[in-house]
Amino acid sequence: MKLPRLSPAWTPYVLLSPFVVLFLVFGMFPLAFSLYLAFQTWEPTSGLGTMQFVGFENFVFSLQDEWFWKSLKNTAWLAVASGVPQHLVAIPLAVFIHTSFKRLRNGVVGAYFLPYITSTVAIAIMFSSLFSTDYGVVNTMLAKLFGNEPIDWLGAPENIKPAIAMIVFWRYLGFNVVLYLAALQTIPKDLYEAATMDGAGRLQQFFHITLPSLKPMMFFGVTLSVIGGLQLFEEPFILTGGRGGSDQSGMTTAIYLYRMAFDFNDFGAASAMSWLLFIVVVVLTLLTNRAFKPKGAGG
Amino acid sequence: MTTRVNTDRLAPWAAYVVVGIGSLVMLAPFYFMFVFATQSRTEIFSLPPPMWFGDDFLGNLKILTDRIPFWRNLGWSLYVAVLSTALTLLFCSMGGYAFACFEFRFKNALFAFVMATLLLPSFMNMIPTFMIMDVLGWIDQPRALYIPGAASAFGIFLMRQFVQTSVPKDLIEAARMDGCGEIGIYWRIVLPLLKPALGTLGLITFIASWNNFIGPLIVMRSPDMYTLPLALRSLQSPVDTEWGALMTGSAIATIPLVILFVLSSRQLIAGLTAGAVK
Repeated sequence: MKLPRLSPAWTPYVLLSPFVVLFLVFGMFPLAFSLYLAFQTWEPTSGLGTMQFVGFENFVFSLQDEWFWKSLKNTAWLAVASGVPQHLVAIPLAVFIHTSFKRLRNGVVGAYFLPYITSTVAIAIMFSSLFSTDYGVVNTMLAKLFGNEPIDWLGAPENIKPAIAMIVFWRYLGFNVVLYLAALQTIPKDLYEAATMDGAGRLQQFFHITLPSLKPMMFFGVTLSVIGGLQLFEEPFILTGGRGGSDQSGMTTAIYLYRMAFDFNDFGAASAMSWLLFIVVVVLTLLTNRAFKPKGAGG
Repeated sequence: MTTRVNTDRLAPWAAYVVVGIGSLVMLAPFYFMFVFATQSRTEIFSLPPPMWFGDDFLGNLKILTDRIPFWRNLGWSLYVAVLSTALTLLFCSMGGYAFACFEFRFKNALFAFVMATLLLPSFMNMIPTFMIMDVLGWIDQPRALYIPGAASAFGIFLMRQFVQTSVPKDLIEAARMDGCGEIGIYWRIVLPLLKPALGTLGLITFIASWNNFIGPLIVMRSPDMYTLPLALRSLQSPVDTEWGALMTGSAIATIPLVILFVLSSRQLIAGLTAGAVK
């Protein structure tokens, strides 16, 4: 049996159909369904049949929930404490690599990038051991170098967030280095040559040529960090055994909405929380956009 | 003026030192993971912690395989990663080719819409996905992991980008003139030209699937169906964690990635940051 010949007019639809079907069923439908769920309540044990429309009740409940606000604060803290240093360190690192490394360049970039492609679970397990209070490598080194008393990194509420922030910083630093390296390659060499002729030193060149040229990439990179930081889930989830740590101090909003659904069985409230967090992500992305966008140029 | 000259001379050395120490800090956790994978729990919990490889790798592996169906979990990880890579490559190359080389209604709107979903946070789909999989009866089914993943917006982006730059439209026109069917053009002309991009997307998809944690966390409920990351996490307990075995498992989960990365780091890094750099 021979299939009828496909006409060029129909070909794109045939080619796209598997993707579009999956995209609609597993990408778009869940999104619409989640919006619907955010306005419903039901008894999980008696199935979806008992579903009832409750208006904004789930949203009101979330906004009055102390743990929700706490999780938002944790998330914001973590996004800033892990995101800002990433860029402050990645920019000079990228400049160093760009100017001083030729043959070793790929190896060095690879070393910084490796954590990004490693499984979060392996990373979190590795760091739970490194951060262990009495026998961890981190505390042993601190004791050797500074004579510190052992720090309870993952047990004490005030230490969990810094520990998580350090891990997130470590994991995504290389990604940002690569972004800035790519941007550095697009800066015309004659700019530096002219500046050298005029007697500008390296530091002056860095502040007057390099930094301004990196601005569009900074905008992009910071936006990615904001979006990524606000959805932080895996690292704190595994480090705190899926519960958010003592006094919920490592509980991000993504973890809380997961727990709201799977530990506390309230899928409606969990969906409402996911939309509230989504609004925060959108607003902060737009604000970042405002703050970093070069005047008169497209992002 | 003298200070300027000094900083100029010093700068390369400062760069070597800073970048060098930094890369050691980046690699140190991996080093300790591999060292601890060869040490027993008591050795890991001694002062000072072991700094060099021991001989407990097989002992740790024994504990690991006694506690969890480790090889089965590893098998599922591999199975899901291979299938999701194959499906993603097929569907995204078809879609990317359609977006790059054809004109059709709503093309630009559809593409913009698909790209917008790239920025959609992953937590948005967590809850509805679980409910949909529950209704479909796909809980504890590997297909719940590899089928949804095949609709990758990033894959569509990468493929369209590559088709635009490396598949000459004249070639497609010529093949059409010669009477080659549309499916034949895709399969015999476009696909072979896409090999480098397929390699990049394949690597990225495989790694993402191998590392995927949220996906299996949502849909895999029985330890027999766990993929590796989920299985390793299940070993962590507040009271009695077998750290040596856990490190051995993590090391085994990491080694394939390190090998893939060493072999293809340039291609991988370029692919993973493609959206950012373009």
